[in-house]
Amino acid sequence: MAAVDKQPVTGAGPLNGMLTWVDARFPLIKMWEEQWGKYVAPKNFTFWYYFGSLSAFVLVLQILTGIFLTMNYKPDAAQAFASVEYIMRDVWGGWIIRYMHSTGASAFFICIYLHMFRALLYGSYRKPRELLWIFGMLIYLCLMAEAFFGYLLPWGQMSYWGAQVIVNLFAAVPFIGEDLSIWIRGDYVVSDATLNRFFAFHVIAIPLVLLGLVAAHLTALHEVGSNNPDGVEIKNQPKDPRTGLPLDGIYSHPYYTIKDAFGVVVFLIVFSVIMFFLPEMGGYFLEYNNFVPADPLNTPQHIAPVWYFTPFYSILRAIPPLLNSQFPGVLAMGASTTILFLLPWLDRSPVKSVRYKGPVFKAALALFVIVFLVLGYLGTEPTNVWGQFGAWLGNADRATVAARICTAIYFLFFILMPWYSRLDRCKPEPARLT
Amino acid sequence: MSDQQVDKGKRGFLLAATGVVGGVAVAATAVPFAGSMLPSERAKAAGAPVEADISKLAPGEMQIVEWRGKPVWIVNRTKEMLEGIKKSDAQASDPNSDVPQQPEYAKNEYRSIKPDIVVLEGVCTHLGCSPQYKSVEAKGDMGQDWNGGFFCPCHGSKFDFAGRVFQGSPAPTNLRVPPYKFVGDTKIIIGDDTKGA
Repeated sequence: MAAVDKQPVTGAGPLNGMLTWVDARFPLIKMWEEQWGKYVAPKNFTFWYYFGSLSAFVLVLQILTGIFLTMNYKPDAAQAFASVEYIMRDVWGGWIIRYMHSTGASAFFICIYLHMFRALLYGSYRKPRELLWIFGMLIYLCLMAEAFFGYLLPWGQMSYWGAQVIVNLFAAVPFIGEDLSIWIRGDYVVSDATLNRFFAFHVIAIPLVLLGLVAAHLTALHEVGSNNPDGVEIKNQPKDPRTGLPLDGIYSHPYYTIKDAFGVVVFLIVFSVIMFFLPEMGGYFLEYNNFVPADPLNTPQHIAPVWYFTPFYSILRAIPPLLNSQFPGVLAMGASTTILFLLPWLDRSPVKSVRYKGPVFKAALALFVIVFLVLGYLGTEPTNVWGQFGAWLGNADRATVAARICTAIYFLFFILMPWYSRLDRCKPEPARLT
Repeated sequence: MSDQQVDKGKRGFLLAATGVVGGVAVAATAVPFAGSMLPSERAKAAGAPVEADISKLAPGEMQIVEWRGKPVWIVNRTKEMLEGIKKSDAQASDPNSDVPQQPEYAKNEYRSIKPDIVVLEGVCTHLGCSPQYKSVEAKGDMGQDWNGGFFCPCHGSKFDFAGRVFQGSPAPTNLRVPPYKFVGDTKIIIGDDTKGA
């Protein structure tokens, strides 16, 4: 029994009656207002604030297209490759659903990387948003797992050998590695058993976790409130006497509803151009070798993961084996993603936003972005892409040396952050948003 | 009821006991789930030995057979290739095959029972790609000091024609030599090295 009789719902025209009935039995209006309708956001969101809602949009797109792909896909080593071709050629609309899904995978990572870069720019991971950042990082890890499991499903050469390489990363774990990798594959090599379980992970296990984490991410966001390009907390501002809102706060609805809808429209234009005209994106979104069925006896000339994994893959390749074990490389690759979890505690700057941070942080961030892109590029190419140094450097591959330097800079960006962020010459934060 | 004291000690004990017993039950239930991901009996049974006929394998040629889902290479090495192995001694990280990546009978200079015929698992010891055959003539790709061997396209590991890994490669150990035996001069059984039969 409701303690207080709720106000009838208004503003929904002919639906008022029905919504009032629902709202008396379910906290419909309360949930809507808390999560979006009456959620107060800073008024100065920039371009970089599109990518959160766009990521959510792509998530929905992936789930929807994924459901329809599973209706025709066969998770069986003998049939998987042919079933994907079947979807492309014989299923009505199959090609567009598959291209939406494959383009969506890359689009998802583009949105997530830009969303994370936004957090780096404006210090959105700083107190009180540490947990929000951690949920976000967990979403990112889930997304990588999701992409990895999904990439095996077409059962092409790249699917097969990519999975082979990644599962063997676990074999590098000392003592238990060999057994661990067999347990993951369910066989001594990547086989039908592996494909079948990866399908289970891809279509149900990881998506469930992912959706739960997204809910946690949004709940945490709406609890602490959004950061903004100035990094100034609007909650600490005096309230506007007319509206009762913080001086620089506005309701998400309708203001950011409209802004995000505009973002979705622009996104869909770009997305459609890629999906219709460049679904392979020159071999970056769909690798050419994946149009060849998996052959366990024959590794393609050049194998590389899809672009969104290549920065970390470069780091893996850059680390030489130590004491007959390639575990250090695996460890470095793991550390390169997990170190991001620590960001809220590594950044000791007195200000949040890059707008008020000093030249040292700006330079470090610019260098980090360059290094990330270079590592990403090198990961798509063989190690001899830039030729070799002369005998004075032991004929070392230029690209390997470059990747090692970039790996060092990548980690130093984080490891040295507590010092350079504190010692930097920052500008004072303003009282109001600018 | 309401005037009775709550026995907090007893309540704590019961909570802990329920938690522990319930936890054990959950852990025990997890066993079949984790176990179901191990290789099935069918997958285990698929590991039987295979037979290869090398009567048509000309010098310098390589033959690939599948054993346990993995590629196994059989190479008929020429004199030039065997000399290349000697020249690679200085570059190899484990020239004497001290790491047990081969049966005892293949722990020798050429890592094989007969010097010319080598049997290797064609699986890179780094991350499991299958390296490629690069002849002695492949100096253009591989550099002027190349004496022939294998090159892994995934991460650039280099091996000589005995499957010995070069220093500076990401692969930590030499290529594995599977258990094998000759039956007559032209037949090899891979996966079985027991005497007799």
